This record gives sequence, structure tokens and C-alpha cells, in this order.
Amino acid sequence: MKTNLTTVPATQAPGRRSGLFLLTLGLGGLLFALTFVHAALASRAAAADIAQRRDLVAALDLTDLALFTEARYTRHPSQADMHSAFQDHPLALDHFPTGTLVPAPRPGLAAAQP
Amino acid sequence: MISFLRRQGYLLEYSLASLARRPGKHLGLVLVYATLVFLLASTLLFTQSLRQESALVLAESPELIVQRLLAGRHDLIPASYLEQLGTIRGVGERYGRLWGYFYDPAVRANYTLMVPRAAPPAAGEVQLGAGVARARGLSPGDYLSLRSARGEPFSFRIAALLPADTELVSSDLMLLNAQDFRRFFDFPADRFTDIVLRVRNPVEVRKVAEKISLALPDTRPILREEILRTYDAVFGWRQGLVFVLLTGAMLAFVIFAWDRASGLSGEERREIGILKAIGWETGDVLRMKFWEGAALSLTAFLLGYLLAYVHVFHFAAVLFAPVLKGWAVLYPDFRPVPFVDGLQVATLFFFSVFPYTVATIIPIWRAAITDPDQVMR
Amino acid sequence: MIRLDAVSKVYNQGRHNEVWAVRDLRLELETRGITVLKGPSGSGKTSLLAMLGCLSRPSSGRIHLEGRLLSNLPERFMTQVRRSTFGFIFQRFNLIRGLTVLENVMLPAYPLAPDPGRLRDQALGLLRQFRLEERAHNKSEWLSGGEAQRTAICRALINDPAIIIADEPTANLDSQLSRELLTLIGELADQGKGILISSHDPLVFDHARVSRVVELRDGRLA
Ligand SMILES: Nc1ncnc2c1ncn2[C@@H]1O[C@H](COP(=O)(O)OP(=O)(O)O)[C@@H](O)[C@H]1O
Ligand SMILES: [Mg+2]
Repeated sequence: MKTNLTTVPATQAPGRRSGLFLLTLGLGGLLFALTFVHAALASRAAAADIAQRRDLVAALDLTDLALFTEARYTRHPSQADMHSAFQDHPLALDHFPTGTLVPAPRPGLAAAQP
Repeated sequence: MISFLRRQGYLLEYSLASLARRPGKHLGLVLVYATLVFLLASTLLFTQSLRQESALVLAESPELIVQRLLAGRHDLIPASYLEQLGTIRGVGERYGRLWGYFYDPAVRANYTLMVPRAAPPAAGEVQLGAGVARARGLSPGDYLSLRSARGEPFSFRIAALLPADTELVSSDLMLLNAQDFRRFFDFPADRFTDIVLRVRNPVEVRKVAEKISLALPDTRPILREEILRTYDAVFGWRQGLVFVLLTGAMLAFVIFAWDRASGLSGEERREIGILKAIGWETGDVLRMKFWEGAALSLTAFLLGYLLAYVHVFHFAAVLFAPVLKGWAVLYPDFRPVPFVDGLQVATLFFFSVFPYTVATIIPIWRAAITDPDQVMR
Repeated sequence: MIRLDAVSKVYNQGRHNEVWAVRDLRLELETRGITVLKGPSGSGKTSLLAMLGCLSRPSSGRIHLEGRLLSNLPERFMTQVRRSTFGFIFQRFNLIRGLTVLENVMLPAYPLAPDPGRLRDQALGLLRQFRLEERAHNKSEWLSGGEAQRTAICRALINDPAIIIADEPTANLDSQLSRELLTLIGELADQGKGILISSHDPLVFDHARVSRVVELRDGRLA
């Protein structure tokens, strides 16, 4: 049989575009899978750091993350007065931007107050 | 099997060729789509990381805290309550905590002043969280001058900084000893901020808390369980809020996608007729369209998700910092730990890829089941 | 052999704009040689070709191809017969815009999933045969009328069908190109393909190679 220069190997995908696309997609998929591997490894590697934070929490009796420091109920949401985040109205926008992000603590035992 | 795969390959080839006819439009679509996935995925990854982190770290927070309420507000608790609490069965070790807030007008930041239970700093010395040190530009050995509650200047020597790795919980802390704390705030000698209890049998925490609210009706107990739940809710709430904010964008995109996908132009209709006339089955046409939608949405998902992953875990979610910071001057410098919830990612995947793909197929359905003889006209 | 048994095609049946495109047609057609359906515009030629080529179904009556009943096959099998037995050359060529000439030619083979290399060779071979190899990688919308039609012929041949159906193939061509086309069609007939052409162009139905002319008028044999 006469060989033809334009012959595409039979194993190749049916076209240039789909071949390239599948390759890219495969690469993306691989990276996607790698994020999970990375997450597993990195979170394990962070165990020591987390343990350090946990030890500090235990040593200082901390109760909250120091994420929002502008007001007492956002700094220590778990220690705040029951309704301080919503003193005016439950839906009122707060003075502080993060006040709209942090809800009042869920009613737990504390709600059973007289 | 080979022929099945190869057939899908051919159909994909055709889909890509037809996408490539309008490169600008489809590239734009992928970008908008990927941006949306990026925002959703960043929110998801970031909040999940913080949620997991708070669950792990705050697992060591006090089992039970007793606060005093006065007229519905948090008030200082008398030291005598320590003894009364000792009479309640099941209560073990107990001690008063001293902590409070201090607003520093020099940098307009709130600090959390706190007296550590063990190994408190020497008189006139403090340990600072990294955020405070950064805000005031201080390092160990420097002096920090603050005006006390009586208006007198107090000068503290910085003995040490709290480890930088603990910023997430310690950024705004200023640790000092009890005498300094009381003098600085003019804090009554027989009072504490609140009381921490250890319960002998952890199973009985709830019961003990109930007994406390009965024995000391002007107090409220805060359980560790509640703290953890609060944080779970805080991040769930924030995630939900961002999602609600993004609903508008998502709706707009859905309308846009639907319009693009469903508004079959005469030309597309004719094209489907031609394909059927030259021997494609209805199923082939639908599969081809499926690949078109899948190619587009998969690309957008992977692009958006990968960028979000890098954004959150490599660049510490810089784009979110303005929202999280709010008006806070002290913002912890921390890098989220990549705790990824596979189920959440799967949900995101499903909701970003599936609807779009379906939206591309459904309108084709009607065009594809009609007789192809129209192309003869 | 194609046999038509009382075949009718009616559009918009029962409505005020009802049209009987083909009425009660009884006819036998050879599947070899060149058969021309002749008749004025609106006489039902296209409707008949569409039914013969399994693009549509008769409203009533039966069509047999080599003894096999075609007219009530389910759509999937109709597609299979269409794909393997018929190649179409449409009046308006119906090439797909934005695809190259080569891609257009290979298109009917996609659902059959042949070996990609072989399909490509086959398509290039056809293009060479029809003097289109230079155009193989051009977009189909840039072709001249004659080239577009030759591309359409290549596309009709890619699955190696037994019968080629051409609807008014000379309608968009000048006399010179029409004659060339008829020569090409003659060559296909020589290769053993059956050819069904509809036309009201004397150049076509008076051509020497035509083996049979069937005349239609108002959907009936004239
Ligand atoms: N889809 C259709 N709907 C309604 N009428 C049609 C349709 N297709 C063809 N016709 C009518 O059927 C008749 C025959 O048309 P056609 O088969 O195209 O004839 P020819 O190809 O000989 O011109 C014409 O009157 C035409 O208007
Ligand atoms: Mg016609």
C-alpha cells in the first residue's frame, strides 16, 4: 500500500482540535487531582502549626478567632451579649461592615434564661 | 469500545470546530463562566478552611465559661461566685479570667488585653500579638505607652511577641499580669471578667450548666460546644451570604447561557438538518451538542477552580481581605490551611457543569427530532 | 430496484393550505444507470427524492428498496439506510460554513467512527479525483459555485453509497459547468453508482448518458 505523508497515525484522536483539547483537559484534570493531593499533604504538614495554635488556645483559655477585631461582638462572637450584634433591629445593617457578616450566637442554653 | 471512543472523538472534533467559528464569543463565555466558578470556589475553599481550622483549634477552648449578666448585658463577675460554683456537684477546677478590650487611638485599633493563667509576664512587661506589634511597629525590648482608664500614661516593656504562626488566634492580644491589668483598667479588686470551669465528667457539662443557671440566676453559662457551633454557623452564614450575593450574577449568567443555548438561529437549525440529512442520527447530534456544552463548562470549571485554589491557599485569599477586614485595623496575617471538602467540591462541580450542559442540549432536542427533508428546500 | 406502491405525500393535511406534492404514484426505478425526474417547478420532484432517499416518509403508500420495505422503518434504521445507501447532492449544496472543505467531506463518516487516518486519506483521495486538493484546507464558504458542488459530490461519496441523489444539480451552474458536472456524473455511473437526478433543465434530461426519464406533473406521472 502506498504510504501517504498526510496519514495520521491510527491511534491519534480523530482530529487536531480534539486531540489538543483532550490533552489540555487531561492536564487540567491532573492538576485538579493534584490539588487534592496537595491539600492532603499540606494539611498534614500544617498539623504542627495547628497544634501550636491549639496549645495557645488551651494556655490562654481563648474562645475566638482574631479575624474581626473592630468591635467586641465581632472579636468574640461566642462571648458577646445575646443581641449586641443586632441591637437596633434584627435586619438593620450594622455600623461595622463585618457586623452584617457575623450573626448573633445561636440560641443554646443561654437562651433558656429567665 | 474503541469505536465508541473514537466516535465521541469525532463528535467532539465537530463541536470544537463549531465553537471555533466564534472564538471571541465563546472565549468570553468561558471567561465569564470561569470567573463565576472562581468566586464560588474561592468562597467555598476559604470558609471551609476556616471552619475546619476553628473546629480544630477551638476544641481546646474552655469547657464552660460563666458570665454574669446585669440588665441583660455582660457584667463583671464577683470573686465570691467562685466559691458558690464550687458547691455545685461535678464542678472541678475553677478560676476567674481577666480580659477586656482597649481602644488605641494612636492606630485606631482594638486590642484584647488578657491575663494569662500560667506564667504571666513580669510587672511592667507585656507580650504582644503579632498584629499589635505590626500596627505599632514594635519589637521585643521596645516600650509601649498607653493611657490608662484614669488617664495616666502607662509604659509597658515588650518582653516577647507571641509566635507568628498563631496569629489567627493571637493577632490582637496583649498579655500582662493581673496587678497591671487591674491598675490599668482601674478594675475592681474583687471581680473577674468571667469564670472558667472544668467539669469532672465531660458528659455532664450540660447538666452542670443547667444547675449553674438555677443556682446563680444572674449568670449565663457558655459551653465549648456552643462556641464550636457558633463558628460553624459564622462560616456557614458567611458562605451563604456570599452565595446569596452571587445569586444575581449566577442568574444573569443562566439567562445569558440559556439565551445563547436555546435561541437556535436559523443557521444552527439548518446545520442540524444538514447533519441529519447526510446520515447523522438524532442521538449523534445530541451527543455532539453535549460535547459542546461539556467542553465549555468543563474548561470553565477547571480554570475557575484551579485559580481559586491558588488564590486561597497560595495567595491567602487576597481578594477577600477587604471584605473580611471590614474596618478592622488589626487583621491577622495567616495562610489558610488547605482543608478541602470533597463533597463540597463535587457539589460545585455538579452545579457548574451540569446545568449549562443540559441548557445546551435541551433546545437542540426539538430541532433534532424533526424530519431532515427541510434542507432540500 | 426501487418500487413505489401508491405513494402520496401531502403537506399540511386537513388544513386550508393542504398541498398534495405527490399523488398515488406507482413506479419502478432501476438502481443502476442515470434516472432523471423531469417536471416543472412544483411538480413534486424534490418531495419524491426526499422520500426515496429516506429523508422523509410518504403520507401513504409504500417504498421498497431491493425488496426491503423502507417506508415504515423506525427513524434510527431509516438513518442507517440513508447513511449507507444514499449520498445527497443538494440543490443549495448545504456545506457547513466555518468548516474546511476536507472536514465537510469527512462529516458523513463521523458517526461511523472509521480509522481517522484512513478516513482522511479517503477524503483527500476524493478531493484529488475532483481536482479540489488545493482547496482541502480552505473554509467552505470561500468556494466558487462549481467547487462547492464538487465538494458536495465528494461528501456524497465518502461513505461509498450505492445511489447518488442530486436535486436540480445544474440550477446554480452555467452551461459550461453543467456539462462538466454531467461528465462527472457519467463517470460515477460508469463506476456502478445508481444516479437519481431531478431537473427541469434540457441539458440534463436530453443528455446521452441518461438511461431513463420519468416525467412528473402535479405530483403524478405525466
Ligand atoms: N414542507 C412543505 N410544506 C408545504 N408545502 C410544501 C412543502 N414542501 C413542498 N411543498 C409543496 O409541494 C409541492 C411540490 O414541491 P416540490 O416537491 O418541491 O416540487 P419541485 O421540487 O418539483 O419543485 C409544491 O407546491 C410545494 O409548494
Ligand atoms: Mg425542487
